[in-house]
Amino acid sequence: MTPFTTLTGPAIGLDRANIDTDQIIPARFLRKPRSAGYQNFLFHDLRREEADFPLNGATAAILVADSNFGCGSSREGAVYALVDAGIRCVIAPSFGDIFAGNAGKNGLLTIVLPAPLAAALRAQLPAEMTIDLPGQHLHFPDGTVHSFDMDPFRKRCLIEGLDDIGLTLAHAAEIAAFQERDRTARPWAAPSP
Amino acid sequence: MSEPRTLFDKVWDAHAILTREDGTTLLWIDRHFVHEGSFHGFGMLDHAGRPLARPDLTTAVADHYVPSRDRDQPIRDPEVANMMQMLRTNATRHGIDLLDLDDPRQGIVHVVGPEQGLTLPGLTMVCGDSHTSTHGAFGALAFGIGASEVSHVLATQTLWQRRPKTLRITVDGTLSPHVAGKDVILAIIGRIGAGGAVGHVIEYAGSAIRGLEMEGRLTVCNMSIEAGARAGMIAPDDTTFAWVEGRARAPKGDAFAAAVAAWRRLPSDEGARFDREVTLNAADIAPTVTWGTSPETALPVTALVPDPAAEPDAARRTRIREQLDYIGLEPGRPLEGTPIDRVFIGSCTNARLPDLRAAAAVLRGRRAVVPGLVVAGSVPVKLAAEAEGLDRVFRDAGLRWGEPGCSMCVGMNGDLVAPGERCAATSNRNFQGRQGPGSRTHLMSPAMAAAAAVRGAITDVRNLA
Ligand code: SF4
Repeated sequence: MTPFTTLTGPAIGLDRANIDTDQIIPARFLRKPRSAGYQNFLFHDLRREEADFPLNGATAAILVADSNFGCGSSREGAVYALVDAGIRCVIAPSFGDIFAGNAGKNGLLTIVLPAPLAAALRAQLPAEMTIDLPGQHLHFPDGTVHSFDMDPFRKRCLIEGLDDIGLTLAHAAEIAAFQERDRTARPWAAPSP
Repeated sequence: MSEPRTLFDKVWDAHAILTREDGTTLLWIDRHFVHEGSFHGFGMLDHAGRPLARPDLTTAVADHYVPSRDRDQPIRDPEVANMMQMLRTNATRHGIDLLDLDDPRQGIVHVVGPEQGLTLPGLTMVCGDSHTSTHGAFGALAFGIGASEVSHVLATQTLWQRRPKTLRITVDGTLSPHVAGKDVILAIIGRIGAGGAVGHVIEYAGSAIRGLEMEGRLTVCNMSIEAGARAGMIAPDDTTFAWVEGRARAPKGDAFAAAVAAWRRLPSDEGARFDREVTLNAADIAPTVTWGTSPETALPVTALVPDPAAEPDAARRTRIREQLDYIGLEPGRPLEGTPIDRVFIGSCTNARLPDLRAAAAVLRGRRAVVPGLVVAGSVPVKLAAEAEGLDRVFRDAGLRWGEPGCSMCVGMNGDLVAPGERCAATSNRNFQGRQGPGSRTHLMSPAMAAAAAVRGAITDVRNLA
């Protein structure tokens, strides 16, 4: 995964709430291997059903949506489709929890911005904007600068591109000790043969 | 004396291996389910050349892509056949118990887990599927994860998680006749919204929840994710223990007694604090249906289709209009009487034996005037239903009795709702195109779906019973 620092690129607004992952990538594409890329599946049906869908005929590095973006199915394919299409950051007032987790694992930055501020930003799009992840600042197209909150661990993973599993396996001794304790504390927790 | 703790706190604390300075906790995972769609997670594991940490805590189930007919014949769609084969290969290679197409335990993962006694109170459970929240009905902490996390659990049997907030939803009182667990959860989501519980684990409490049988509790917890919740949980009680006892993979004999003693300590302590509280009155809940493309568009079947013109908020007005355009309904018209083209009774929300009984009770001696598909949640449910003659009731009514799996809930196996068709469904998602491109879905309980089949229109089951 590509480490994330500062990003300047075209941003597009998606003026709707509750965009579920079935919209981001319809279920029938989930059987496809990742190797050929998932970019063509991104918003596949919406782009065809709605001639004026904001991503039609446009490319974006940044998407700015309304609340609860990425709700619904846990399919990580939704993140693959965004990332493979060149989108590096999604900004919204809130995200589906599983989607946000998947995004972090694939170098896709998710930024939570209060609803009025996100709406103000969408009103300035499409346009270029800049995201400064280390400094936690957004440079809106109108020149204003706004700070955003970020989970420190997720930030570190995005900037350094950390291998999660490698990190966890470094705690092998603690995990083994937990299992030892747990066998006595909860003998019933193992499945019966 | 220690601080009073919630059910969630107790399960979380018992699984915390360590907590980092940034507040992230490494959690031990007791059960991991994989399905055909988990091939990305296995791929990442293989790519890194890592072995499986605990194959004995992992169970593989064929459900999302399995055909609902002609199981004795080879699968025609080569891509689907390939998905099934990949699951088989991964399970065999890593030594995972596989509930394959021809296994007598096969079914939808969230039906199979409880049925086999793999789901127990007080466990942490994950699966690369958002409806893993279902298992919380037993007092487990169960949640859906993405493919990267699947590979993390396969490799380590642990997950890094941030402690979520807690939300208690209390439903007190007695449910009216013909009001089921499905109506309760649809009413809750209608009340708090599709993003209403983001970042939270819900505990469902109150006398109406305690009064539900296990299957009704599973239906409620199943749709926690449709309110955006990380998980949903219900305190285990005698109903829970009686349901678990004797299941194949559940503890036996003395181990079971010891388990029950531990499980009795799980319910939230008196005075435990929740970050948020919501209460509903059971008596206010009517048979409920959705009108739009989000489960939050749930209304009593007696309600009118909302009128965007009456909505003062501009964003919400647009959102109502867009949904009505897609779903093809007229503002201000009664929901009841909306003609439907098809019914689907099934899915991890509503395909257990009591669900099928409730649908059959409405259909017995009647004919469906639209085509429909009834799919049991698992082979054991299917066999039990057939032993009671429920399959005959469905067939005599003119509905198809399919083989267990996800089927028309998501259409991955080819069971699709045609573009523009309106389907009365007992599943959990009415998203745009969920049951197939252009499909229109109305979510409801099994009894309500059966009533819709009989009338060919959305129907208040109370007027038919
Ligand atoms: S029945 Fe539907 S919601 Fe449940 S696991 Fe299958 S596809 Fe997902």
